[in-house]
Amino acid sequence: MTPESDMTPAATAGDTISPVDPTPTPVRPPEVPAEPASVPGREVVFNLSGVEIFYGEARAVTDVDLDIARNEISAFIGPSGCGKTTVLRSLNRMHDLTPGARVAGTITYHGEDLYGPKVDAAEVRRRIGMVFQKPNPFPKSIFDNIAYGPRINGVRKRAALEGIVEQALTRAALWGEVKDKLKSSALSLSGGQAQRLCIARALAVDPDVLLMDEPCSALDPIATARIEDLMEELKETLTIVIVTHNMQQAARVSDRTAFYTAEPDEAGRRVGKLVEYDATATIFTKPSDPRTEGYITGRFG
Amino acid sequence: MAAPTLPADSLLQPRAGTGLRRFRSGLASGLIVGAFVLAAVPLVALVYYIAREGLKVMSWEFLTTDLPFAQRSLEGGIYPAIVGTVVITLGATLIAVPLGVMGGIYLNEYGRRSRFAALVRFLAEILTGVPSIVMGLFIYTFWVLPRGASGFSAFAGSLALGALMLPVVIRTSEEMLKLVPHELREGSLALGSRKSRTIRTVVLPHAAPGIVSGSLLAVARAAGETAPLLFVIGATNLVNWDWLSGSNTALSVQIFGNASAPFVPAQERAFGAALTLILIVFLATALARIVTVVYTRRVSGS
Repeated sequence: MTPESDMTPAATAGDTISPVDPTPTPVRPPEVPAEPASVPGREVVFNLSGVEIFYGEARAVTDVDLDIARNEISAFIGPSGCGKTTVLRSLNRMHDLTPGARVAGTITYHGEDLYGPKVDAAEVRRRIGMVFQKPNPFPKSIFDNIAYGPRINGVRKRAALEGIVEQALTRAALWGEVKDKLKSSALSLSGGQAQRLCIARALAVDPDVLLMDEPCSALDPIATARIEDLMEELKETLTIVIVTHNMQQAARVSDRTAFYTAEPDEAGRRVGKLVEYDATATIFTKPSDPRTEGYITGRFG
Repeated sequence: MAAPTLPADSLLQPRAGTGLRRFRSGLASGLIVGAFVLAAVPLVALVYYIAREGLKVMSWEFLTTDLPFAQRSLEGGIYPAIVGTVVITLGATLIAVPLGVMGGIYLNEYGRRSRFAALVRFLAEILTGVPSIVMGLFIYTFWVLPRGASGFSAFAGSLALGALMLPVVIRTSEEMLKLVPHELREGSLALGSRKSRTIRTVVLPHAAPGIVSGSLLAVARAAGETAPLLFVIGATNLVNWDWLSGSNTALSVQIFGNASAPFVPAQERAFGAALTLILIVFLATALARIVTVVYTRRVSGS
């Protein structure tokens, strides 16, 4: 992707950007019209409309309408309890595992209903990988951690697995550090290495999307920087959605930012909702909603 | 050189009350050590006593010759009883451990908060409290009696011991599976793994050491049980390797029979059998531990 392609004002959501843009556009186009939920100029991977998520009777998030664009990093920010993780987990049907959790509204993935009756949740998760807040390597060898996904997909041959493992670890910028100890336990890795292992593990099944749930919150600044560099490289081939508590991180890495907040409903229960979704530069420089401004300037949250 | 003393106004001097605190700390430590010693005394004494008495008759011949036909006989060993105990206990393990582990998997991974799971949990709890002799009577009534004289077998004994072990194995497995971090399950499922595969490849290996420990306790306990076997395995002085048919005997049964006989050779034989039983349980425990360590090392790759 090129920096200019981001800002092409004429294209509409759903279009694929052409690799060569004949008309060079200025770096900052004059005022993109405020259109919080849509992504101009890029293929849409996810479309969420009227999404509400419930845990049992309790409504956790409501009124989420947004598009996630391909080969971009979209960040979800907001105070605790605003539902950003809840929305993220709805994108690869992780809520199926929580008894009582329910997603209302529609979420489409490349135009297909993600919650359609014939959709296989395991297949969904093969295409849409996830990295969790706490690195969760399996208590197996480094090799077996990475090979876990490919083995699910029926890859049995040692040579093929070795190729995939090397490629995944290389993409996750971990190969150099672990290539001589693939047989040792993944639990022997440091926090940052373990998180990159988890990223490599997710990449090994060749996903289309990577969901990251506060992937750096347990890491030190150096390990965080490595993961952020990595995300920047990965978005060439992947679509990334990241939930982060760290506003600087969202500002540093993301192309688009969604700001969520929690507000009391009629009955006085706090419910998360999407406040504003726009290009990251816009959200952090001239947000259109005062609540966003209040949050990013540190007045609450 | 004299020990350096701190000046009276030093910041580093013990504060008021330190002496009392030290005294209480020492007292607590003393009590804990005392409690441990107290708990160890009967254990050590028991093992010592059995070893001392048992070693009087222990010999290779004792372990490998048939039981004498007369209890007062000085001749003979306990070989048939060793065979019986091994066959019956192994059989019971074969029945109860797979069933119990699968039950535990159902309770923790599938049933969870369902009514049926709650019922199974409740029944398992009750079953752990049932006197072992009742298990023997149960198997006697439902398995041995309908088959008449041919109902007595090592298999019937395995059923009785298995019934005794089953609730323990179910509950331990469930508890151990509960301890598997949820993140590991999510990590596996997020890669597109199905639930059954996640349980097989991530959850069970993680819980295996605990499940083995729990099962071992159940096995060791069952290996020494006398009451449930008395009714169901029949009586014989001959070696019977056949799990499924023919009367059998066991170390525990021989201990019971010989120890209550009024003859010194029989009583000595009972001690020999007791020592043998302890050794068998010890060996089985050690073996299972080694197998678990090797297994977890293989799957965890460390």
